[in-house]
Amino acid sequence: MLYRENGQFKTSYAADQQIFPIAQDRWAIVGILILAFVAVPLLVDEYLFRAILIPFLILSLAALGVNILVGYCGQITLGAGAFMAVGAYAAFNFHVRIEGMPLLVSLLLGGLTTAVVGIFFGIPSLRVRGLYLAVATLAAQFFTDWVFLRIPWFTDNSSSGSVSVSNLQVMGWQINNPVSKYLFCLAFLTVFALLAKNMTRSAIGRQWMAIRDMDVAAEVIGIRPLFAKLSAFAVSSFFIGTAGALWGFVHLASWEPAAFSVDRSFQLLFMVIIGGLGSIMGSFFGAAFIVILPIALNQLLPIISDLTGIEISTAGVSHAELIIFGGLIIFFLIKEPHGIARLWSTGKEKLRLWPFPH
Amino acid sequence: MNLRKLALTASLSAVVLSSLATAPAVAAAAKEQFFPALVYRTGAYAPNGTPWANGYLDYLKLVNTKGGINGVKIVFEECETGYATDRGVECYERLKGKHGGATVFQPLSTGITFALTEKAPKDKIPLITSGYGRSESSNGAVFTWNFPLLGTYWVGADVAIQYIAKQMGGVDKLKGKKIALVYHDSPYGKEPIAVLEELAKKHGFEVQLLPVAHPGVEQKATWLQIRQSRPDYVLLWGWGVMNSTSLREAQATGYPRDKMLGVWWSGADPDVKDVGEGAKGYSAMTLQDAADSNSKIVKDLLAAVHAKGDGTGPKDEVGSILYMRGLISAMLGVEGVRKAQERYGKGKVMTGEQVRWGLENLNLDQATLDAMGFAGIMRPVQTSCLDHMGSAWVQIRTWNGKKWETAPDWFQADDKTLRPMVMLASGKYAEDKKLKPRTPEECKM
Repeated sequence: MLYRENGQFKTSYAADQQIFPIAQDRWAIVGILILAFVAVPLLVDEYLFRAILIPFLILSLAALGVNILVGYCGQITLGAGAFMAVGAYAAFNFHVRIEGMPLLVSLLLGGLTTAVVGIFFGIPSLRVRGLYLAVATLAAQFFTDWVFLRIPWFTDNSSSGSVSVSNLQVMGWQINNPVSKYLFCLAFLTVFALLAKNMTRSAIGRQWMAIRDMDVAAEVIGIRPLFAKLSAFAVSSFFIGTAGALWGFVHLASWEPAAFSVDRSFQLLFMVIIGGLGSIMGSFFGAAFIVILPIALNQLLPIISDLTGIEISTAGVSHAELIIFGGLIIFFLIKEPHGIARLWSTGKEKLRLWPFPH
Repeated sequence: MNLRKLALTASLSAVVLSSLATAPAVAAAAKEQFFPALVYRTGAYAPNGTPWANGYLDYLKLVNTKGGINGVKIVFEECETGYATDRGVECYERLKGKHGGATVFQPLSTGITFALTEKAPKDKIPLITSGYGRSESSNGAVFTWNFPLLGTYWVGADVAIQYIAKQMGGVDKLKGKKIALVYHDSPYGKEPIAVLEELAKKHGFEVQLLPVAHPGVEQKATWLQIRQSRPDYVLLWGWGVMNSTSLREAQATGYPRDKMLGVWWSGADPDVKDVGEGAKGYSAMTLQDAADSNSKIVKDLLAAVHAKGDGTGPKDEVGSILYMRGLISAMLGVEGVRKAQERYGKGKVMTGEQVRWGLENLNLDQATLDAMGFAGIMRPVQTSCLDHMGSAWVQIRTWNGKKWETAPDWFQADDKTLRPMVMLASGKYAEDKKLKPRTPEECKM
């Protein structure tokens, strides 16, 4: 009843083109932002911040990046973990080697370095497509694994190959407690999500989508595949690299290449597939599904077993977690192959017609 | 509708989740000391992680059957890490505030240790990393919350070279020899490299580094290299399935097993049992965890815990190597609490900070250990504010095809080599982190 756009007339092109043309959506997004920036820091405890919200925010950012490449430009990548690693290690090197480097600058430089590396690994996309491209990007994964394990320079000659950062601050604002870390990541995500949304609505985004839908046709109407594909690789890698830098700096504080293994690449790809390809909202749903669900299951199962009096061992819980998680993935893919984002938009359509569907 | 639904679900989930998080805190009013247990019973390393976890928990149960630590009962809760660093960090965050605050964390993973080293000082919770973790953390002046009790990888590397020298008939015989290190490609496997390279310079031998990628089932290329270069000795620094794979590959390439020496994590029953005769002659270092099923502590455990059907794992596992190491790790934590109680009040629940004092002033002499049932298993340990390792004694055991045989001689790491390296590495860490190392005066407080 509330979610209906009757009576909302657009009188200018600007009003028609805005991101959320429906007033209720605008309020909702303002509400969510207020909730996220103000209410959550007041209400939530440390565990939720550190174990769930911060990983969720950072991986959402990475999923956004993957979605730009896979969902909008149609270039399947299995190198997302590698690009996160490049971002993290590049930011680390900028931060440690240059005295007095501001945190924000190191993080963004990490992202930019990743963009360059992403363009380099995107070159094969000009020749190969689909699964073959996925295999080609997998090479990026193995390459970076090798680089950060074998070349001591990148890890500041640390004997164990593990690096760490501390004393993070932005213009006097210490990022050392969970709340400040959360707000820092949230601010990043908000800005980047807005950027992504606008980019996908602009000329460049339309080029990506044209390439995705049919690259030959796109070329015929005058879209340069070289520019479109490589720009998608650059933008996507920039997002993923920044997320990687945040993952290392803010979430882990101390990391080794295993933190960005091939599992991470698969995880990110699953996020966008389950969340919804070619949807900004879908990246968030996917990240929530993959980050929060396993931990929630892991915590809920012992509670359920306590209530029902059935004894489950720790190993049993983690096996059950994997079984249920896998089952849910299959359920969602069968029920809605276009991802949770499609379920969401179907829901919204239904709401608009409610209570008189036709 | 959209907004209202959202607000409703958000507030509902917030209420549910916060109640989940705060509910256990109520129980803390009782006199209970909370021992979190980060374990891995699943994943590639489960065969080695499970016995360790069972030993850890069984010892805590045993303490409770004897009335706890001076009357303070121990509560514990497991959290499955799967040997993954991010899950380990999540477990740490989940458990650190429960039941009135965690006493001590023992992650049994060098990767997780690295991550927690950054977090523990803020939360004021000690980390015991007995036989693993950062080697330079034995310097308590810089690593105030890390306790690599009983030994570090640098100790292991130094003893390994001592043992090889002894086998060859003297340190001078090492000159011109080639020693290969087959290691798990992770912070864990890379730890010994620094010491090996230092000793190689000193004694004039050559180190060949052969990394094996996680989880370590693919080693054909590694052993082909060994076949080509024919090193005089192979050091094995593996974990889990990597160890048995190495031994099988050694057998396949015909590398003599009696020229192979493993670190303590490469010398337990799951590593050699399946290889059986093929691993005959293979030796590994021990970390004061002699698997002695006739020792008093094992008998106590079987009688007080397992006989009552309260044992965590299968009965025949009690007394095995990894089980004993878990048990000793738990014992060290418990003794830290006991020591802290001597200062801060017997029969009281200790905070992380107080337990740290206890661990820094641990003094388990042979008589105490014998009385606790560790005769023939452990040697005395004494820590201080600056020395967080205590003592480090290593024996060598050899697999005879059916069981491990421990040689009676004890090795001790050469402090003259290791101390400067520890100071250098920890100094660099302090500098990077802008930490001020503790002075001996601060230690007295």
